[in-house]
Amino acid sequence: MRIFSLIAAVVAVLVLAATYLLLEPAEGDAAAWVDKAIKASWTRAGPEWQARLVQDETQKVCSQYRNAPPKAVADAIVAREKAAIQYPPGKFMGDWKKGEKLAQSGYGGRFTDYPPRAENGGNCYACHQLDKKELSFGTLGPSLLEYGKIRRYAEAEIKAAYERIYNSQAVIPCANMPRLGASKFLTIEQIKDVVAYVMSPESPVNK
Amino acid sequence: MRGVLRIIAMAVALACAGLHVRAQDDTERGVERYRQMLKEDPWSNPGLLDADRGEALWKEKRGPKSASLEQCDLGKGAGKVEGAFAELPRYFKDADRVMDLEARLVWCIEKLQGFERADIVKRPYSKANQSGTELEALTTYVAHKSSGFKFAPQLEHAREREALAVGEALFFRRQGPMDFSCSTCHADSGRRIRLQGLPFLGKPDEARKVIGEWPAYRVSQGTVMTMQHRITDCFWQMRMPLIDYGSDVAVALTMYLVNQAKGGEITAPQIKR
Repeated sequence: MRIFSLIAAVVAVLVLAATYLLLEPAEGDAAAWVDKAIKASWTRAGPEWQARLVQDETQKVCSQYRNAPPKAVADAIVAREKAAIQYPPGKFMGDWKKGEKLAQSGYGGRFTDYPPRAENGGNCYACHQLDKKELSFGTLGPSLLEYGKIRRYAEAEIKAAYERIYNSQAVIPCANMPRLGASKFLTIEQIKDVVAYVMSPESPVNK
Repeated sequence: MRGVLRIIAMAVALACAGLHVRAQDDTERGVERYRQMLKEDPWSNPGLLDADRGEALWKEKRGPKSASLEQCDLGKGAGKVEGAFAELPRYFKDADRVMDLEARLVWCIEKLQGFERADIVKRPYSKANQSGTELEALTTYVAHKSSGFKFAPQLEHAREREALAVGEALFFRRQGPMDFSCSTCHADSGRRIRLQGLPFLGKPDEARKVIGEWPAYRVSQGTVMTMQHRITDCFWQMRMPLIDYGSDVAVALTMYLVNQAKGGEITAPQIKR
């Protein structure tokens, strides 16, 4: 008789545990809940803004792995993002003075920036140190002091800088830095100017 | 001559850059001194003017139903304000939704006073150097009534745990033309945008220090800023569209932040740059 009540108790505990586990959210549910919450939270955003609520594949996997993707996923990101790079017909370097303005400007893309009153900025100084005379710089990214000088202004390094700025994730999968060219936030010409700002021997970044 | 001029110009430019940085440092130090003074004399906090105005609004009979908000249930029973903010966001059965303080205030204003929801949320945030909006005043009042309480996140209800899971996922969700997530800026200690320091909100001790400061009086704006406004501005900076007031996304993120700040003391309204 005692054994029956013991079995009954064990079964009851198991049933309770199973119910509890079933009630706890599975990972798939969380993703569905997030989508539901997002749809319900930007009801006044027009169609052209709704696109910003939807993630592309790279954003999706970088979110899922919290910017530390396993090797196969990381390789896939790099391959995909490399393929997205568009190269200029001629040189990789433009005008460093224009590049400097772009590095200083954080204008563009915010909902108060429409209709546009200026060109989009690269906002490099928000996160990077560049010209040593500019003391108002952020520290989310590495210091880029003397970036070109350190790299001896090598041709291959100029191309590499273009690729990094055009599409950071073609180099570092799930990098924090925006994919400035791939997202069309900056034009090819603007990216050439920013490349000149970091790679030109005349630029104050290398002085 | 040119050479001399160039040197002078460079010296001036350098001095200006230096001044700019020093000005920022001075501002930070000034705000810190201000905070110290407020500790010694809490009644000199300008955010308390909003809390007072909020209290008057709470008790005033208003709207088509000519009712006050005194019967508003903030989660601890109708009319109980003290300590309520420390247990928000939470699930409310009448609304069948998890709500933060601001979403709940909109609900109470609509249901008890009979105002139209669209009118209530039309202009929730004040601009620089304007006096706080009614929602800001009410939010500041209720939050201040939990000053000294510690955040005690409510996770009994399945929907509350759902909000927390959504908030955590949203914190790491990369989106928009810049690929930004909350964690782009708030996932490490001692980082800054330009000269603005950034709290590491994924780390409980840093979250405990800052989350309880909101709503906060911003010296540079001369007005209070609520957590909804703070989150709205983050999404603006992330190049995301204008988020609805009291939205599920903002409530879920608030749930995540409050859970990170669990046990942290509420000091609202604090002083911010």
